[in-house]
Amino acid sequence: MGGTPTDLKLIDERGLRIDGRRPDEMRPLRIEAGVLKRADGSAYVEWGQNKVMAAVYGPRECHPRHLQNPERALVQCNYNMASFSVEDRKRPGPDRRSHEISKIISEALTHVVFTEYFPRTSIDVYIEVLQANAGTRCAGLTAASVALADAGVPMKDLVAACAAGKVADTVVLDLGKEEDNSGQADIPLGYVPRTGEIVLLQMDGDLSPEEFDKGVRMAIDACRKVSEIQRDALKRRYSASSADVDAAQAVPEMPKEGP
Amino acid sequence: MGKDVVADLKRDYISKLLAKGARADGRRFDEMRPLKIETGFVRSAEGSARVELGNTQVVVGVKLVTGEPFPDTPNSGVLTTNAELIPMASDSFEGGPPDQESIEVARVIDRGIREGHAVDMSKLVIEPGKEVWIMFVDVHVLDYDGNLFDAANIGANAALKTCIVPAKRAGKGEDYQLPVQHQPISITAVKIDDKILIDPTHDEERVAEARLTVATLETGNLCAMQKGLNGAFKLDEVFKVVELSRKIGSEVRSRF
Repeated sequence: MGGTPTDLKLIDERGLRIDGRRPDEMRPLRIEAGVLKRADGSAYVEWGQNKVMAAVYGPRECHPRHLQNPERALVQCNYNMASFSVEDRKRPGPDRRSHEISKIISEALTHVVFTEYFPRTSIDVYIEVLQANAGTRCAGLTAASVALADAGVPMKDLVAACAAGKVADTVVLDLGKEEDNSGQADIPLGYVPRTGEIVLLQMDGDLSPEEFDKGVRMAIDACRKVSEIQRDALKRRYSASSADVDAAQAVPEMPKEGP
Repeated sequence: MGKDVVADLKRDYISKLLAKGARADGRRFDEMRPLKIETGFVRSAEGSARVELGNTQVVVGVKLVTGEPFPDTPNSGVLTTNAELIPMASDSFEGGPPDQESIEVARVIDRGIREGHAVDMSKLVIEPGKEVWIMFVDVHVLDYDGNLFDAANIGANAALKTCIVPAKRAGKGEDYQLPVQHQPISITAVKIDDKILIDPTHDEERVAEARLTVATLETGNLCAMQKGLNGAFKLDEVFKVVELSRKIGSEVRSRF
């Protein structure tokens, strides 16, 4: 955590946060599935002021070839922040932070994908952060699992992600940028609702075991809600396309031959 | 291919032993390997330590140079952590630029030191906003038999504790002891067949489903955490690792 002393009042006398949220309230989350034409699957996530796009290609031939696994597919995630996604321009290209995030998101997704169905292949997941406002790894992982489902990749379940943390000595859900910069702890968490498994977990800052307990449970509850929104995005995507199919079938009615 | 066959055989062997409640090297599930810490190992470094954790061996060196602070932290020194997983240490390490594995090790070590406020960074300022001490913590892995996270974390803590700020050399007054205030100790566990093992060896790491590193402070509070590998943890397993890390972390800390 930044932990920089600040005059900002992160929790007011009514117990509300800087953006008016309650401690256990998530920022608004909107997900659209199937937003890119070229990719095999895609998803767009707006989570508070975060804007994140995810695309999936594959299963396809694995490059570099020495990474091929004769028994499984390799899930390779690439998390990238656009240079204009943050206040001070970020130098384009991967840095150490994005390498680490790519690694932990790849690991989280590998756990839910039936990789044994596609030996020797690679399933490539690209996450582009277009606008960042704290919580981009959770937004990216949430978007990536919707994109995988949109690509038709068989999975045990969608991975949902959300962070909890601590600001002004209070355990809160889904830290925003000001809270992340001057908060006391952050716990990003990725969860598989169907199995109750934790597939991504990090923590930084200072937390007592009790605070950690509370934060993790809060994040898991939020992940269940995120999961609902993910499902809804996929349903909307496919009920829309089945309506398209109905419409398309309705038009080319062949003229009937005369009697 | 050959390696995978060996891994499969070892997986069976390790699984069978675990079912009987035993580990290949005879340790309990919650037991660390013998730990040896030798500080002041490298004279050319401002602080250094050689750590042996079982057969894993790392050298951590700290160098300090003067430089500009980050614009958003004018009253704080700078910490930079790097890990070199050199080919000498294992046949699975390759030369060249750091890969994801070494970046993860470096960032987890960095997170422990930074978030645990191991060093009082405000005492590393020469002129606010203009000149501060930049602290390079470099981890060199010499022999790799698993659990780099903890060996490197312990090495970093030990090296920092003996580190001298070379002010005289830089023409900035008298040398002084690096203001170390906390020992954030990380303890790593892996999950194999639903069992939680502390301080995994390389063989155990190769067959492990998931890994969790937890760094704790003197207060018993948590300051950093990292889950790794393709598997998953249940919530009660996470809490179990947290408890073990607090307990074993304080034992390790008593060695400092």
